[in-house]
Amino acid sequence: MIENRPLLTIFSHLMLILGVVMIAFPIWITFVAATHTDIRMTQIPLPLLPGGHFFENLDLALNKGLSGQSGQGVTRMLWNSLVMAMMISVGKIAISLLSAFAVVYFRFPFRMFFFWMIFITLMLPVEVRILPTYEVVANLGMLDTYWGLSIPLIASATATFMFRQVFLTIPDELLEAARIDGASPMRFFWDILIPMSRTNIAALFVILFIYGWNQYLWPLLITSDNDMYTVVMGIKQMLEAAEQAPEWNVIMMTALLAMIPPVCVVVFMQTLFVKGLTETEK
Amino acid sequence: MARVVLENVRKTYPNGFKAIHGVDVAIEEGEFLVLVGPSGCGKSTLLRMIAGLESVTEGSVSIGERQVNDLEPSERDIAMVFQNYALYPHMSVYKNMAYGLKIMGLPKEEIDQRVKKAADILELTEEQLTRKPKQLSGGQRQRVAMGRAIVREPSVFLFDEPLSNLDAKLRVQMRLEIKQLQSELGITSVYVTHDQVEAMTLGHRLMVLNAGYVEQLGTPIELYQRPASLFVAGFIGSPSMNFANAKIDAEGKNVTISGQAALPLGNGGMPNHASKDVTLGIRPEHLELARDEAGAVPLIASMIEHLGADTLIHGHFGESKSRLTVRIEGIQYINPGDVLPIRVSPDHLHLFDPATEKRLED
Amino acid sequence: MLKNVHFGPSVLPFLLVAPQIIVTIIFFIWPAGQALYQSLLIQDAFGLKTEFVWLENFGILFSEEQYRNSFGRTVVFSSLVAILSMSFALILAVLADRVIKGAGTYRTFLIWPYAVAPVTAGALWVFMFDPTLGIVTYGLSAMGYDWNHKLNGGEAMALVVMAAAWKQVAYNFLFFLAGLQSIPKSLIEAAAIDGAGPVRRFRDIIFPLLSPTTFFLLVINIVYAFFDTFGIVHVMTAGGPAGATNILVYKVFSDGFVGLDLGGSAAQSVILMIIVIGLTVVQFKYVEKKVAY
Repeated sequence: MIENRPLLTIFSHLMLILGVVMIAFPIWITFVAATHTDIRMTQIPLPLLPGGHFFENLDLALNKGLSGQSGQGVTRMLWNSLVMAMMISVGKIAISLLSAFAVVYFRFPFRMFFFWMIFITLMLPVEVRILPTYEVVANLGMLDTYWGLSIPLIASATATFMFRQVFLTIPDELLEAARIDGASPMRFFWDILIPMSRTNIAALFVILFIYGWNQYLWPLLITSDNDMYTVVMGIKQMLEAAEQAPEWNVIMMTALLAMIPPVCVVVFMQTLFVKGLTETEK
Repeated sequence: MARVVLENVRKTYPNGFKAIHGVDVAIEEGEFLVLVGPSGCGKSTLLRMIAGLESVTEGSVSIGERQVNDLEPSERDIAMVFQNYALYPHMSVYKNMAYGLKIMGLPKEEIDQRVKKAADILELTEEQLTRKPKQLSGGQRQRVAMGRAIVREPSVFLFDEPLSNLDAKLRVQMRLEIKQLQSELGITSVYVTHDQVEAMTLGHRLMVLNAGYVEQLGTPIELYQRPASLFVAGFIGSPSMNFANAKIDAEGKNVTISGQAALPLGNGGMPNHASKDVTLGIRPEHLELARDEAGAVPLIASMIEHLGADTLIHGHFGESKSRLTVRIEGIQYINPGDVLPIRVSPDHLHLFDPATEKRLED
Repeated sequence: MLKNVHFGPSVLPFLLVAPQIIVTIIFFIWPAGQALYQSLLIQDAFGLKTEFVWLENFGILFSEEQYRNSFGRTVVFSSLVAILSMSFALILAVLADRVIKGAGTYRTFLIWPYAVAPVTAGALWVFMFDPTLGIVTYGLSAMGYDWNHKLNGGEAMALVVMAAAWKQVAYNFLFFLAGLQSIPKSLIEAAAIDGAGPVRRFRDIIFPLLSPTTFFLLVINIVYAFFDTFGIVHVMTAGGPAGATNILVYKVFSDGFVGLDLGGSAAQSVILMIIVIGLTVVQFKYVEKKVAY
């Protein structure tokens, strides 16, 4: 629709750019900090423009960590984060697909009971049950393991609900045609339902990957072995250790490393992700 | 009530697409002009340019005595009925109709008076006024949309395919109501539709648009009797006009559909177009079953449609490949393969230039 | 709920549903039950003596000034975070919706913070506001204001609020933008023809029609502020200085894991559970009666 208010449009663009700058500013600062030497990062005022030491700092962060520490870089932590994120996203998608399929397409006793049980998990984020869950994990001997990091986080209901929604909108005729063609339930599931849910699966993957990668409280609780720390934990560690003279360049480089995978995933799969997000929650 | 004048109105989009190629029309006070044409012909675009929802690239649009090209929609003193009604879902029917008046700053009593008056005209009950749009049926919502336009008492009414979303029976009923309403209120109206029956019933004049060009502007009867182009001829009238390749003889007195007998041309023939190849048009209702073979052309029937009030016979003339439809009144017991003598009335022949697709005049 | 066309009972559905149910029972239901149970006990740190005390733990909690303060603090915190990040996001979304071209680009730049972990966000902001080296601190001191959130409780809270709100703007922006774009254009046009200018249109038409989205985001934001902000607090202020940023979720952690007050921590967990359940139920109920057109 046309409106003869070009001033308003220019104003809008300006405000948007301002908004972008404000949102992006912290990330810019991080990037800048990651490109200077540690010495530079103790002099006021701190720089607003990047320096030339990106790769040095990268090497430091990955391989050496903070000086004065055990000399362990964050490479291992990055790997842990990756494994955890992948296990959570893949695991969650897999069991949610199965559960949604069962609840939507089968009539069986206790169906509604199971449905409500799954529904309850929506209302119990891990922060609310940390101590007892910790106990259970400890009792099962899963502390300091990849399984312990991921399994307790994969059963929540959002993915199941979304797939349920998707399945409900798939036409009945497809199932009927498949039955006439002689397909068993699992064949139907594998050959028809899953391909039709491809976009939702991809979108959900993005959301869950980020969720898994960014987990903090849970890994904090159940890992005590350095080797099992995730990269977001690494940041906090560095900040703690850095009470006297924080080596911001290394810390910020680590922060950058912690940010890059999820940001990349979000930006590159943006359309898919937005679609999945706005459809999951509604 | 005001005149609406469009002078050489053109619309080109930023990507270069030319949507409207120069439209000129002077819509008189109280006139009901219908813009009709197939999807994508530009009729909605033209309407929206009058409303101020699309910009005018070239030319001028005037409402009353003012040129309104640069005016906001709210400043043009118009009201519009949208295809999907565009009723504010969170407001009651009353509030929907009162909204524009509230913005105008009218006192409460007057708003109430106008809304009640419009509700009366449209037969909306007091109770319905308190409901939200989603609680009403399609036809009722349509009335509310019209009510919203009526209370504004504008100079011009604009309608953008308001009946498209209704079922067939309701459409016919609402069509007549709109016609009556406009006639009583006497407000200049511009109405967009793709349905030629709707156009023919409602309009004082019709503007037939095709790919941004005006094919013809005229009264329904003019468009029916003297279509200016092949497009208009085929668009107006249902079932649509029959077309066949033909040739005018050397004297301009007769026209021959390939392989058939010559058909006499009325009105002294077309001496200026002698020996010309033409496209011949004749409406199904102007082909008659002849009583005898003299002067009749034999039609070989292939398919029959029984509509009760009429019978449609589809077939072809002898060797000619052109398929034809004939409409005969009443129930006719005819079988595929029957040969029927058809009389062609010379007064109802339409001739078009095959290249320009325009009507041939003498 | 169930498709009209479906499979009859057999073993298969049980098998399909098993993985999720098993994990749910082991890691959700059982621990939640445990928390409930433990909240009714007083237990010493070594588990040598346990006493069943019904609701005494809850009573103790609410009588403790510390807990009440933390509760109040959390309410203030979540309100601020919700209001700040939603307003900011709404403004940006309205602007982005207006400028038809470029909306996609703006969206790309504005959704980054969603991918950033709360912890990382905390680290970034604490870096910018570091009392000695922070770039913003520098700017503030140039204007004559000395910032030190390690000493000043109010500043610590402000910092945590800003970091938390910053992160949420992206999420809210996406939803607001989607909500705005789902309003039929013809409604806006009709309002324009009725004479409403941009501000009026926003107030009378757009904002009311956006209310389902707004309400939904409000609940989400509050839940976020209550629970997902643990990382931010932990990394930035560890609840300090002097408990100024000790919000409920942080308190559960510090009382339970650090202070080893199992009963008290469990009771706190239960209270949080009730709050989340309450909010989720409210949201679902509202969504059911949502404005549908």
